Amino acid sequence: MSLSADEVRRVADLARLELSDAEIALMATQLSAIVDYINQLQSINTDGVEPLAHASDVHDIFREDVPVVSLPPAEALANAPARKGDFYRVPPVFGE
Amino acid sequence: MSHRIIIGLEVHVQLLTKTKLFCGCSTQFGLPPNSATCPVCCGMPGTLPVMNRQAFRLSIEAAVALNCTIAPFTKWDRKNYFYPDLPKNYQISQYDLPFSSNGSLEIETSAGSRTIGIIRAHLEEDAGKMLHDENAGRNDSLVDLNRTGTPLLEIVSQPEMETAEEAKAYLEAIRLLLREIGVSDCEMQEGSLRCDANVNLHVAQPDGSFVATPIIEVKNLNTIRGVERALNYEVDRQAAELERNLESGYWQIDTSRPGKFRDYNIVPIAERRADGTLRPVSKATAGWDERIGRTEVQRRKEEASDYRYFPEPDLVPVTVDETLLAQIRQELGELPAAQNARLQSQYGLTAYDAGVLSRQGRAFVAYFEIVANRCGDAKEACNWIINDLLSTLNERKLDIKLCPLPAESLGDLIREIKAIGLNKQRAREVYADMIDTGESVKQVIDRKGFKPVTDDNQLLELVRKAIAANSKAVADFKKGKTKAADAIKGFVMRETKGMANTETVQRLLLEELAKV
Ligand SMILES: [Zn+2]
Repeated sequence: MSLSADEVRRVADLARLELSDAEIALMATQLSAIVDYINQLQSINTDGVEPLAHASDVHDIFREDVPVVSLPPAEALANAPARKGDFYRVPPVFGE
Repeated sequence: MSHRIIIGLEVHVQLLTKTKLFCGCSTQFGLPPNSATCPVCCGMPGTLPVMNRQAFRLSIEAAVALNCTIAPFTKWDRKNYFYPDLPKNYQISQYDLPFSSNGSLEIETSAGSRTIGIIRAHLEEDAGKMLHDENAGRNDSLVDLNRTGTPLLEIVSQPEMETAEEAKAYLEAIRLLLREIGVSDCEMQEGSLRCDANVNLHVAQPDGSFVATPIIEVKNLNTIRGVERALNYEVDRQAAELERNLESGYWQIDTSRPGKFRDYNIVPIAERRADGTLRPVSKATAGWDERIGRTEVQRRKEEASDYRYFPEPDLVPVTVDETLLAQIRQELGELPAAQNARLQSQYGLTAYDAGVLSRQGRAFVAYFEIVANRCGDAKEACNWIINDLLSTLNERKLDIKLCPLPAESLGDLIREIKAIGLNKQRAREVYADMIDTGESVKQVIDRKGFKPVTDDNQLLELVRKAIAANSKAVADFKKGKTKAADAIKGFVMRETKGMANTETVQRLLLEELAKV
């Protein structure tokens, strides 16, 4: 397995997810399968190949600085799990 | 223990665009909560960001003005973290290929001018705004996403500032520069200029090395004065903390990890854990509480932040060619540092005077130049502008563009003062009158009857009258008290309502006194 339980715990922590030990074990298996699959790319010889910043060859796509109509607050907040007035309400956050 | 203060600043400025960085929502300040959002800036699945042309253009202008090297090819990256003010769960920022790097900014303090290095400036999006809701004992947070996706320029300085005053001067120089070129309004109250300060001390040791205190990143600095106060507070706090913790044995100087800073050796601090082992003290963040004037150190980070940056697949890279840069350089015009230097070389102003003028901005300097050229005496023009005009504008809370006295009129006034030898008191009277009535200097002087007494015979009569009326002063003068002549001269000036040429009076008086 390419991912240890500790690595999965760390990633879960960064994603603010609380996982049980059983879930950690399951995630380690499943995520390892994905990582291993992608890791096959490492076997390709890339000597002399320039690093790629983007898969597309297109550059310099811009929009003009012209305002458009935004969503009405009621629509923007339609999927909010909790709200207060026109604010989203979220559980208190301590630290970072 | 003597110490060196090491300060580096990260400044975020909001660019003066009408719309956000990746969508057409308005960036206007003070809109009702969540009234300027759309599926793109709310991070809805299936949406795509598209770069705002004006935001990129303004960023390049700022970086050129900051003497940065502009990368011919730049891309954006995702900075991943989970926080309620960030609906996408990542911020689109720039990581390894920022559009600019390696700049500099000249700052002016009481110690003179210095150049501060700039590591990089990059373009990123802002997050939303959090408010704390303490109603009903729930302690929840409220989120307003209007600010989400607003274009920000992050400017990172080298850790080269050595005093809180220099940090303040750096921020003032950035604000002046970016306002002058129209890149940002830098209104700190509206959050369009924000600053995080990294600060630590290098404390001299008897063996010539320096102990480095752990770096503290002070956040939440919303005023320039706050930056200065927070840094001064933090410097004292770190010095006291070091002394206290070394004395108690909680901290130890960690000679096993020596390092170098510029041209000298530094050693870090390690802390003693409960089990007796030592571990490095890592960087920590601190909040600045403006109200109580203190920094509050938050928990130290156990490990470096892990933002798992990767290239933003939804945005294509941007290229910049020499043609665009040449065009921008031309359009930027004269920047504050160059203007300051020119005021000294072209008009012979002192560095102090040139600094005062250029800090007021381009329009102010333009006003000065008209006055100086009109009256032909740059030094005098500068004195009038700094001493009188600036206070008039400050009293009336006016911008130079709304100045009640046209530059041409002030130039005429200064020329006339010299021509007729008007004293400062009378000149100020005329100045105030010109502002009140809008009349020309000639009209005001005529109306007030400030006609200079230029007739030598008339002045000679007055001098003789003065000598006759001031026998005591004359006797004192004869005993060698040269100052006594001033009293006699004052008599003549009163008689002529201050309109006699002081040099002529002085000459005649000395001639007459010699005869007594
Ligand atoms: Zn939007």
